[in-house]
Amino acid sequence: MAASLVSLLGCCQRASRLLVARRPWSSSPVSPPPMHRRLLLFLTQRFSDFEVLLRWKSRMKRRRLLRKNAFVGHSEWFRADHKGKFNWDFLNYKDTPLEEVDMSYTIINYTGLSNLEAQRSLRTLSVRGCYEVDDWFLARLHVFQDSLEELDISHCPQITPGGLAALRNLKALRRLDVSSLPRISTPGLVIILLEEMLPQCEVIASGYDHSLKPEVEKGHSQGSGE
Amino acid sequence: MLTWRSLRANARTLRLLLTFRRVAPCGLVPFRRSLSIGTPLRNDFFKDLEAKLAAARRKVADAAPGSAWSPLEINPNLPPERTDIVIVGGGVVGWSVAYWLKKKEGIRGGLKVVVVEKDMTYSQASSVLSAGGIRQQFSLPENIRLSLASADFLRNINEHLGVPNEDAIDVHFNHAGYMFLASHKGAHVLEGNYKTQKAAGAQVSLLSPTQLREKFPWMNARDVALASYGVENEGWLDPWSLLNAFRRKALSMGVVQCRGEVTGFKFTSNEATTEDGERLELRRIKSVQVRMPRSLEYQPVECAVVVNAAGHFSAEVARMLGVGLGPPDTLAGIPLPVEPRKRFIYVFHCPEGPGLDTPFLIDHSGVYFRREGLGGNYIAGKSPDEGEEPDVADLHVDHQFFQDRIWPQLAHRVPAFEKLKVRSAWAGYYDYNTLDQNGIVGTHPLVSNMYMATGFSGHGLQHSPAVGRAVAELILDGGFATLDLSRLGFRRIAEREPLLESNII
Repeated sequence: MAASLVSLLGCCQRASRLLVARRPWSSSPVSPPPMHRRLLLFLTQRFSDFEVLLRWKSRMKRRRLLRKNAFVGHSEWFRADHKGKFNWDFLNYKDTPLEEVDMSYTIINYTGLSNLEAQRSLRTLSVRGCYEVDDWFLARLHVFQDSLEELDISHCPQITPGGLAALRNLKALRRLDVSSLPRISTPGLVIILLEEMLPQCEVIASGYDHSLKPEVEKGHSQGSGE
Repeated sequence: MLTWRSLRANARTLRLLLTFRRVAPCGLVPFRRSLSIGTPLRNDFFKDLEAKLAAARRKVADAAPGSAWSPLEINPNLPPERTDIVIVGGGVVGWSVAYWLKKKEGIRGGLKVVVVEKDMTYSQASSVLSAGGIRQQFSLPENIRLSLASADFLRNINEHLGVPNEDAIDVHFNHAGYMFLASHKGAHVLEGNYKTQKAAGAQVSLLSPTQLREKFPWMNARDVALASYGVENEGWLDPWSLLNAFRRKALSMGVVQCRGEVTGFKFTSNEATTEDGERLELRRIKSVQVRMPRSLEYQPVECAVVVNAAGHFSAEVARMLGVGLGPPDTLAGIPLPVEPRKRFIYVFHCPEGPGLDTPFLIDHSGVYFRREGLGGNYIAGKSPDEGEEPDVADLHVDHQFFQDRIWPQLAHRVPAFEKLKVRSAWAGYYDYNTLDQNGIVGTHPLVSNMYMATGFSGHGLQHSPAVGRAVAELILDGGFATLDLSRLGFRRIAEREPLLESNII
């Protein structure tokens, strides 16, 4: 048993070295993934059971995400107090239209937004730091085009300039926070374009490095890029 | 060790001495062994021993059954001799069909799919030369639903086409929407289309000229009666990323890619008589001849089903099966009405042009343009009128077409475009359906196992995910399950009843 484990480990080390040495499909020069991931990749390539297990795992994660999004909209009206106890009084106000929703750092995504769609008088929405908020989520915000006045989408890692173009429909927007969006490579230009697109809106964009970067050595870039 | 070194030393001196032939070797050097020239060779022998043993091990493994080695030299690029489904054409529609077939196969490895593409550089393929737009503003409900389903797919593209341990897919989707402008003549058509689109679930809105001027001050809306503006799920994407995403996922699921050209088919024929007394020859494909590039070598691939996703070459492929070669008034005499039509796209730069919210604007004259990137670049084009179709022999660009046909209308619609500079241009082919400019999805009545997915006339890319799913359902489930595209079958071609789409760009 021990011998087979040792041989397996030795095999894995050799395999991991091979995996690191030739990576025909990925061209980015990142450091090799950690040991347990390499082991998992090796096993997935050799045994179909592992591949099925990995597929199940990602499917379960997705299902959990979708299930959670079905309830998030309701639980954010009243905040839980410091003991974690939840105030159920909100049930008395079931028919009151919502004006402000704060969903920062949650897993809200496009499907979860359907819970909020009925709230046509929503004025403030904050989805700061939400991992699942992407360009399609922004495109769906058009349902609040007449009422939404403040939108905070800072620190969302999946938003790109293509999605910011979707904000064109929000006529009533007065305050937009687009700070620290990692996938915007030219923040200065994008901020100017946003201000042009939404003339009555105040665009807040902090957390960007607007300084000029020194030119990279030409030799390296010519060798690696085609 | 001492002996070893001294032996080596002896060998060296011996060699030196031997070079000077006049000197007699025996009297001068006291050597312990006879002819110790073999010593350096013996060193190499031990070094080579490991390599030789490895080579011997490899030879034994090759000779044993189960190895891939064979004494006959076989071209490794040939497709397999036998497969289940052959997809002719490796564009975005072909790879989409391959992906969906593998996704629906049920058991792992249950379906063998081969995609045959003759040009791996995709130099003439419509998929990658496309402007990349996706819209729901069509007049045919089937087209609207196809676009909606494709937008749904693109929203969850990483869930569908994500490969574990690979980079996430980014198709660079710009959610800027499409805008169709109508003059007084076409306003009622636009309004009718708007009602159809809303009924099918598209998110569009109608704008009056006043609203247009308010929302888009850079536009000259004087001769516009009505505009229809897409609010969600419309925009443009990068076609190459989508093609590669489909390809990578399909390859990871076991689809075989073959670089070759389909030059013929072997089929069996059966005769049947219709109730009118017309004799029909029903054909069934048995194998596909795939010829290797720049060679006469070919491989007949036995298959059960062939999918014709060859784009503007589809009619040629169908002709190999006799479609269109029969007497003119018979079913066999009706060719597949798909032909290549050349379209130009021009890239220009205008520093004072419209900004981030520029939609994909289509003027009522047929001229269209959209923003490209964030640096003031735009791409524009126009479908030429019926009489002035350019020659399709090559992909040469006619720059005069921009000067005469496109620029005046662009400058009229957007006054800032009076000052622009054309940076570059390219041309691509539409797989143009000459009957009604809508896709043909389904089997041919005379060839029972050829499924067609072609003739999309400029909206193949935006429908590719949904069409792929529809064709896979047709093949594996026997009928359409999610979207009913039976009206897009070959029947309307046979009966010469066009299913017209009025919003073709």
